[in-house]
Amino acid sequence: MTSDKAAPLLELRAVSKQFGEQPGRIERVAESLGWHTPARPVQALDAVNLAIAAGEVVGLVGESGCGKSTLGRIAVGLAAASAGERRWRGIAIDRLPPAERRHHQLGIQMIFQDPYASLNPRMRVRELIAEAPRVHGLVGRGAEADFVAARLQQVGLDPALAERFPHQFSGGQRARIGIARALAVNPAFLVCDEAVAALDVSIQAQVLNLFSHLREQLGLTYLFISHDLGVVRHLSDRVVIMYLGRVVESAPVDELFAHPNHPYTQALLAEAPTLKVERKRFLAIRGELPSPLDPPRGCHFHPRCPHAIARCRVEMPLLREIAPHHQSACHLNAG
Amino acid sequence: MNTNAATVLPTLAVEHLTTRFASRAGVVTAVDDVSFSVAPGEVLGLVGESGSGKSMTAYSLLGLIEPPGEIVAGSIRLKGRELRGLPERDWRTIRGNRIAMIFQDPMMTLNPVLRIDTQMVEAIHAHRRVSRQAALEAARSALGRVGIAAPDERLRAYPHQLSGGMRQRVAIAIALLNAPDLIIADEPTTALDVSIQAQILFEMQTLCRESGTALIWITHDLAVVAGLADRVGVMYAGRIVEHGSVHQVLEQAAHPYTRGLLDSTPAAALAPAEHGKGRRLQQIPGMPPSLADLPAGCAFRLRCTRASSACEQLPALQSPAPGHEVRCFHPLPQAPR
Repeated sequence: MTSDKAAPLLELRAVSKQFGEQPGRIERVAESLGWHTPARPVQALDAVNLAIAAGEVVGLVGESGCGKSTLGRIAVGLAAASAGERRWRGIAIDRLPPAERRHHQLGIQMIFQDPYASLNPRMRVRELIAEAPRVHGLVGRGAEADFVAARLQQVGLDPALAERFPHQFSGGQRARIGIARALAVNPAFLVCDEAVAALDVSIQAQVLNLFSHLREQLGLTYLFISHDLGVVRHLSDRVVIMYLGRVVESAPVDELFAHPNHPYTQALLAEAPTLKVERKRFLAIRGELPSPLDPPRGCHFHPRCPHAIARCRVEMPLLREIAPHHQSACHLNAG
Repeated sequence: MNTNAATVLPTLAVEHLTTRFASRAGVVTAVDDVSFSVAPGEVLGLVGESGSGKSMTAYSLLGLIEPPGEIVAGSIRLKGRELRGLPERDWRTIRGNRIAMIFQDPMMTLNPVLRIDTQMVEAIHAHRRVSRQAALEAARSALGRVGIAAPDERLRAYPHQLSGGMRQRVAIAIALLNAPDLIIADEPTTALDVSIQAQILFEMQTLCRESGTALIWITHDLAVVAGLADRVGVMYAGRIVEHGSVHQVLEQAAHPYTRGLLDSTPAAALAPAEHGKGRRLQQIPGMPPSLADLPAGCAFRLRCTRASSACEQLPALQSPAPGHEVRCFHPLPQAPR
């Protein structure tokens, strides 16, 4: 299989995701009798484009319900998109025959938010780490012990702990086990969904440093999903901001923090708690996130936007390049 | 704000509070010789990582420690009245009335099968004999004060019909119902989105300022405290290791642990001057010790770069500046300002 050198490592093209789409036969009968009101589909993602180059770290930021986790699950192949295409090294991976797809799929792994829930409590660390490479024939039975020891050392854990169960570890150690498990199949690309959100500050710093270290050592590419702007700024090359299923802004990290363009990005930056001691004037964003069941027309952000104009209420703004590598979806840039 | 805190009777004065739990692993001192006070209208931020004893301090203040736990020493005075050792009957007139609590998860406060109005009226009738109409009116005004736009509609809702941020606002409104002297908030915005957190912080700040309610805000996030608190106490392994005004603790941190926490907070990267991408976060080596197996002397010494053999003894509190206290033999030098 040849792959296009210029192609991004992973590309999502116009990916949309609806939940609760097809009613079953019983629901349809019940609806016709008036016993059941049809569930409205939730548009979790609305034609999102995302291209990630090899070696790049992309930070994906947004509030709960904005679709960032859904996007992550689609990127890793855990969820299927309702529309759009996922391309891995230039190949439409989801249209490949299953065996071939599985082979490519190994290159994309995920690290989950909750280090407590994502490890099987009945499996020893050795089994947790060795299971996937064994199934995929990456490591022989005889070499398993050495393999697990090397993986544990790679994430800063003592190989002597391999026979323990997950409950015998602290939160930070469990996060490291989750990373070791993802790395066990030699991936090129990791999707990290709030991978440090559950950790204490001092432990979080250790795990973030581990992510930086592994990236340098293994040449990994990350999609780093987080609600924490500080974490994202620390780790990312480029930041993508989402709001209610759409990408509203994308820029290199320094550019985004220095010149945020979209009013939503500006408000997020203004409201993120910093260590600066000052009486803040909060209230930059009025109101709450609208329900994704019934998003506002036009620009999704307009009911909360201090700069909204008439056009924002009717016409959806498209992502446009406003500076090199800096895209924003806001009508204010047009005039 | 707190110009002559010494002359005003503090809302809450805690002295040498010590709470222990008997466990299979031995006796665990969850709160160890903790002293602080909060003045009317003042916001105290209590900061620490998991297991540092910050929540147990809160439960001790509310008389919620049950066997095998016990408050073994110290005093808790609310407006001069000693609360330690109060019979349960008296505690019921204090909890939810003079001292209110806001939990991290609003569903700890809200009953999922009762409408909001039922729960709010009940919270008033538990402490005051007023008509249902008057209670409803009080509930409506409390919801208004926490920034809920359509109070009448929300009163008739069940908790599951509200968003997470809205539920937390209702929980805060319930805490406000009886105009308490003190509100203890245990990580109430940790689960919320940044924009909702900012709104709630702003509202709490204003409410305390206006009503003179004292507020203890428990959090693991120094960045939250920076925008909210007047004074800050940093806890480690059951002890307050540093205590002072928010400026003293965040800008002139004297304890190596406080300094370590500040350096490992990624939010620091948001300050443009200190930012440098790809820079490693300063990390505190090791992990928080188990309370059942604390090292003798300073509990932080095994993770501390400044530790010496002197640290095998427990350091006393010393004061690098008026109002600033630190429990360390080798505090960081104070930068002149």
